[in-house]
Amino acid sequence: MAEQSLAQLPITAASGPLSKAVRRSEGVVIPIAALLCGLLAFSLFLLVVGKSPIEFYQLIYKAGFGTAFSWQNTLSRSAPLLLAALCVALPARLGLVIIGGEGAIVLGGVATGACASLLMNAPALLAIPTMMAAGALAGAVWIGAVGAMRHYRGVNETISSLLMAYIAIAIMNQLVEGPLRDPASLNKPSTLPLAEHLRVGSLPGMDVHWGLAAGIIACVFSWILIEKTSWGFAARIAGGNVRAAQIQGLPVGKLIVGFTALGGAFGGLAGMFEVSAVQGAANASIAAGFGYTGILIAFLARQNPLAIIPVAILLGGIEASSGLIQRRMDLPDATVLVMQGFIFIAILISETFYGKLRIFDPDGWRS
Amino acid sequence: MGEDIGLWGVPLAIIGGAIRVSTPFLFVSLGECLTERSGRINLGLEGTLVFGAMSAYAIAYETGSPWLGVLAAMIAGTIFGLLHGWICSLPKVNDIAIGIALMLFGMGLAFFFGKSFIQPVAPDLPAISFGFWSDYPQVQAALKVNILFLIGIAASLGLWWMLRNTKIGLRIRVVGDSTDAARAMGLRPNVVKLLSTAAGGAFAGVGGAYLSLYYPGSWNEGISSGQGLMAVALVIFARWNPIYCFWAALLFGGAGALGPALQSVGVTQGYYLFYAAPYVLTLVVMIFTSSAAKTMTGAPAELSITK
Repeated sequence: MAEQSLAQLPITAASGPLSKAVRRSEGVVIPIAALLCGLLAFSLFLLVVGKSPIEFYQLIYKAGFGTAFSWQNTLSRSAPLLLAALCVALPARLGLVIIGGEGAIVLGGVATGACASLLMNAPALLAIPTMMAAGALAGAVWIGAVGAMRHYRGVNETISSLLMAYIAIAIMNQLVEGPLRDPASLNKPSTLPLAEHLRVGSLPGMDVHWGLAAGIIACVFSWILIEKTSWGFAARIAGGNVRAAQIQGLPVGKLIVGFTALGGAFGGLAGMFEVSAVQGAANASIAAGFGYTGILIAFLARQNPLAIIPVAILLGGIEASSGLIQRRMDLPDATVLVMQGFIFIAILISETFYGKLRIFDPDGWRS
Repeated sequence: MGEDIGLWGVPLAIIGGAIRVSTPFLFVSLGECLTERSGRINLGLEGTLVFGAMSAYAIAYETGSPWLGVLAAMIAGTIFGLLHGWICSLPKVNDIAIGIALMLFGMGLAFFFGKSFIQPVAPDLPAISFGFWSDYPQVQAALKVNILFLIGIAASLGLWWMLRNTKIGLRIRVVGDSTDAARAMGLRPNVVKLLSTAAGGAFAGVGGAYLSLYYPGSWNEGISSGQGLMAVALVIFARWNPIYCFWAALLFGGAGALGPALQSVGVTQGYYLFYAAPYVLTLVVMIFTSSAAKTMTGAPAELSITK
């Protein structure tokens, strides 16, 4: 691949600011076009089942982005999505496809719940950082193990990460039914509810919890790590060609375990904020599928941490409007899943168009 | 209930459970085996399994015939396979990512259309009792074998023979081992892969039909929790051999039956952990059978998962 593209490189590549901008725009225009194509295909699907796509998109706008209240709802929902998407995007730099972020989220949530029960009487300044550390550590160990199995035993990370997610959910069920169970939680086994002072509150001036700030900081941090540091550079090399990276003397194993563990830590943090800011206790509600939506977000953002921010907000808005769509249009709750499926397939098909469209190649314009 | 057979009930329930639980594993892994022999991996079979379960249940309920349900699941699986095969034939598209997308898409569609079929009761697939010689109802229950299980055994033998001895089998193997050699022979690799993926999808659809029409025997959104994905891992364990797929499916079925078997004799401690046994077993098997250093024996050379 690399040899081919080198050979094809024109000797006099146009290098004006316009040409540069046009070349760069490929990575933005193609995903947006793919997103629109996916939405168009989904509109046809809605027409076939006899529903109005126009009403559907109007409801998404109304419930997701129409008012200050809906924006706050959207942003609250995008907080875990930002972190879940990083759990996919960071390992992706090394060429690993991790789809079990759900496991890190669930265990991060359980660790938070357990920590909060132990530190019920501790001051918030001590307890909340401990809860964050516990959540992140649980996620880091879980996904880091996937990376380690990949590097040291050659175990396919896509399959193992999803198996680990199922195992994580079983561990959570076992813990909240058994040792961590609050005896007062009858119908829905949960850990003890968090003490009031341990609940993570809202950002100043709006009704959105601190998870959003943590998610955005994590995205910016990840972007800097990948784009501006030598670790990120080494990871990209290892992702392109493991053998070349090893010959260069890069610590491929440490990079793989490190990046997967960091992704897992972010997933665990997502669980921590879900428990401490939204649910108020760890229970089955934290396995709400954020990890799976995160996969789609990371692919839509082309594994770029900064691009994850707008994409996660868009998907958060779609999920926020799900309830209203169900009630108003009499559609099942899986409608959003179907829509995500259409978008996902469209975005993957679009991969085939990179470097093929002449409009993005200023050198091709003249000929 | 007849006489109490005490703790003997556990191994008996596991054997019976292995026969009952293994059928979807068997069909999905046979399908995946066929697809992977052509050099492609389809991770989307989990979605195909769930959609197959839904469509089989819906059609069986509407028509009153479980076999028409199986047919519907086969057709649905073929369509999903064709979709996967077609998208993968586009240049620069990653087959693993497409599999993930189709897994989510298939589950979404199944939940979407399956909402109205959660309540009604569809007819079951017939089963044959091989336990007539015994007076114990537990033995009789354990040896009640569904026809699809027998078809699955026949299919694994047939597939093994087909891959080994026929022209079609040779073509699939050549494409899976070297696309260049296949082109040199005048084969069209993408067509062979497309058809292999479609046939693999049909197998997975039948596995789904078994889930909703026999065991557990009803349609709900939690009907499959990763069986389709475990079956993909199972193919690696079975070294891409359909006959090994059968034994591996029995083993995984037995692991899946462990939780219910212990529960039936009153062991309730660690209930959820026993339910996780198949996932842990899959993971352990993958750790021990994979290798970081060398390519696996029997692996199709074009397969991205082993590269």
